[in-house]
Amino acid sequence: MLKMNHISKSFPGVKALDDISISVEKGEIHALVGENGAGKSTLMKILSGAYSLDSGEILLDGEKIENTSPGKMIEKGIAVIYQELMLLPHRTVAENIFLGRYPKTRMGKIDYKKMEQDAKAVLEELKLDLDARAVVEDLSVAKRQMVEIAKAMSRNAKIVVLDEPTAVLGDSELEGLFDIVKRLASEGVTFIYISHRLKEIFELCTNLTIMKDGRLVESGPAEQYTTELLVSKMVGRDVKDIYPKRTRNMGEVVLSVRGMTRKGVIENINFDLHKGEILGIAGLAGAGRSEILRAVIGADPIDEGTVELEGKAVNFKNVKEGILAGLGIVPEERKAEGLMLQQNMIFNMTVPALRKYKNRFGRLTPGKEAEVTRKYIETFHIRPGSPHTITNFMSGGNQQKVVLSKWIAADCKILLVDEPTRGVDVGAKEEIYEILNQLIEKGLSIIMVSSELPELLGTCDRIMVMNEGRQTGLFDIDECSEETLMTFATN
Amino acid sequence: MGKGKTTKVSENSSLIKNLKAMGILWALILICIIAAIISPNFLRPANMVNVVRSVSLNGIIAMGMTFVVLTGGVDLSVGSTVGVAAVSAAIMMQKGLNPVVTVAASLLIGVVLGLINGIGVTVGKLAPFIMTLGTMTALRGVARYIANGSPQNWRDSGIDFSFLGQGSILGVPVPVYIFLAVFAVAFYVLKYTEFGRSVYALGDSREAARLCGINTKKVETLCFVITGFLSALSAIIFISRLGIGQPEAGEGYELDALAMVYIGGASTAGGSGSVAGTLIGACLISVINNILNLMGISPFIQKVIQGVIIILAVLLERRTKKNK
Repeated sequence: MLKMNHISKSFPGVKALDDISISVEKGEIHALVGENGAGKSTLMKILSGAYSLDSGEILLDGEKIENTSPGKMIEKGIAVIYQELMLLPHRTVAENIFLGRYPKTRMGKIDYKKMEQDAKAVLEELKLDLDARAVVEDLSVAKRQMVEIAKAMSRNAKIVVLDEPTAVLGDSELEGLFDIVKRLASEGVTFIYISHRLKEIFELCTNLTIMKDGRLVESGPAEQYTTELLVSKMVGRDVKDIYPKRTRNMGEVVLSVRGMTRKGVIENINFDLHKGEILGIAGLAGAGRSEILRAVIGADPIDEGTVELEGKAVNFKNVKEGILAGLGIVPEERKAEGLMLQQNMIFNMTVPALRKYKNRFGRLTPGKEAEVTRKYIETFHIRPGSPHTITNFMSGGNQQKVVLSKWIAADCKILLVDEPTRGVDVGAKEEIYEILNQLIEKGLSIIMVSSELPELLGTCDRIMVMNEGRQTGLFDIDECSEETLMTFATN
Repeated sequence: MGKGKTTKVSENSSLIKNLKAMGILWALILICIIAAIISPNFLRPANMVNVVRSVSLNGIIAMGMTFVVLTGGVDLSVGSTVGVAAVSAAIMMQKGLNPVVTVAASLLIGVVLGLINGIGVTVGKLAPFIMTLGTMTALRGVARYIANGSPQNWRDSGIDFSFLGQGSILGVPVPVYIFLAVFAVAFYVLKYTEFGRSVYALGDSREAARLCGINTKKVETLCFVITGFLSALSAIIFISRLGIGQPEAGEGYELDALAMVYIGGASTAGGSGSVAGTLIGACLISVINNILNLMGISPFIQKVIQGVIIILAVLLERRTKKNK
């Protein structure tokens, strides 16, 4: 049904796509996999008409499409749902579905009544559990994705591209999305699915195409692949176990949390963190996992409960106090909260502990800052390797290495990491696990929140499970399985 | 939003190197060359001094405005702060207060007014535009009220207070020295102090800054205090030069200052810009006005050209950023 033949695309200085050909049949759920920078998004932007192509052709039902533009591709039935959803937050579901083509009365006034009815009809037909009158802002991310799907289907989309739709979803929401996708596919809608979570691809997709460095590696039925094979094709080498081994070596208790409560968010949280331990926190999105980290470091106030650091009671009134006591946080939203994107690596690496770079007159010493930055660039193989690189222009994995480095540079003893490998490609994931292991060996302690259960099981010493703001379990890694964690997280 | 920002924290980047990154510097040089060709008077030292002197009053404020703009904010109240500070200083001197005390008191007024803006924005969580629009309006009223609507002449008091505004050292007017000193301090603070770093961090991402242990409220409030202080400083020079403090003093300064900051390459979203850019922006405006004066072009047309320059400068800046 869709054929993209010999597509090439260059940007100044980079060949983003080099002779890519991909063919997708009607009703197929076709996975597009590859590391960050492999060219998946560029290819999809060409399909959506956002980018023009340098050479090659796009055939839809055998008909060649010339002079692509976003408007034209929508008309041809191609819808792309980006990870950052393109909805108007303050408008209703119905308005978002019919954005740009509101039904009008004869007087030219927008016919809200008809719009609402039409929206209801669309939602019913798709069997989506959504209120047409709900304001998008009030919906969960999962529901917002449904709105996007409804919007696409109401435009009679034949091909729907989902760009990392699950990165922000918890596991139960995931199921819901998968059900919808599978159902629509069986009704003849074609999906192109981009995800870093390989497990999902095997669960959902019928065929897949692997890309690497802007080139096509191969295409084939999903059942012919195993995770290991897929990963090795993606990174171009064998990766047996992406979770590097380490010896478990838990020391004395460094952080002790008792009865920590933040009203309406988390309730009665109790745990100890040991020196040299990685304590995982599992749970669905919105279960209060990130909120524990924020409360511990002092970003959010605690209503009840106590926190003890190396045996001494502490009560951080702000993040600065937490940092001075040796804590550091790697936030979930790397781009919005982890980095100053307009600034270079030096700025970002030194900003949490500028006191270390002052001379006796209080003047910052840029030479020393650059030196420290270079040290971490070398230690953690950060690319591009110039300390003056603006962080906005770095890949997700390298950005995350900068965020980790800045806390190490700030002499952090307890690191709180939130989804450390989200949106990071497989190769860089491994490097991040390596870094975490190195930190553990140096005697740091880590609390890690993750939505990827294999990641928690592969890296942690113990795992705590959260469910709707309450702590439902705390397990040693040896007594954990994905099933146990899932049960306690959903219960 | 900002792409390809050239904000700098490099270990070996001298001032000159930073300036090289700005397309606007080349525009300034080009316009100076054109000016020199059109009018031989342009390059005369006396005229060059005049060029800098004529922007020194709003230039001082623009230095402070750069801090606020870097945080992603804006301070519309600076002109009215000048009005209040000018009128109060003039009245204090009429009452025979010691000039040193008068200056200190006026600066304190500026600081307090800045603090009010800062608290409104950080604690009251008001958008800087709204908060300072309010104080801009209110403070102009205050200036008129305490001056009873008329200019306050301080010369009758017999105090000699003309040095700051009218004096000169080695043939260069004192306001020029003050302007350049303010620039130097602002440059140093933004580049080499923790506070300066925090200003950039905050403008880039408030939440990221907070999670790095930066007291965002304190930093943002301080930026408004800086503009308040510098507005009052500007007001003191103003009354010293004119011999009177009128309630209309400083009217329109906020927009002049903002023009300098934005021409200098700062982003309205914050996190990107520099006082060096602002200095160039100030010089650019002044040089253009100067050459138009030398050519005898109507001041009305000068305004038109100044407006066009603002738009062109920002377009130019975006182009040079994209080309990187």
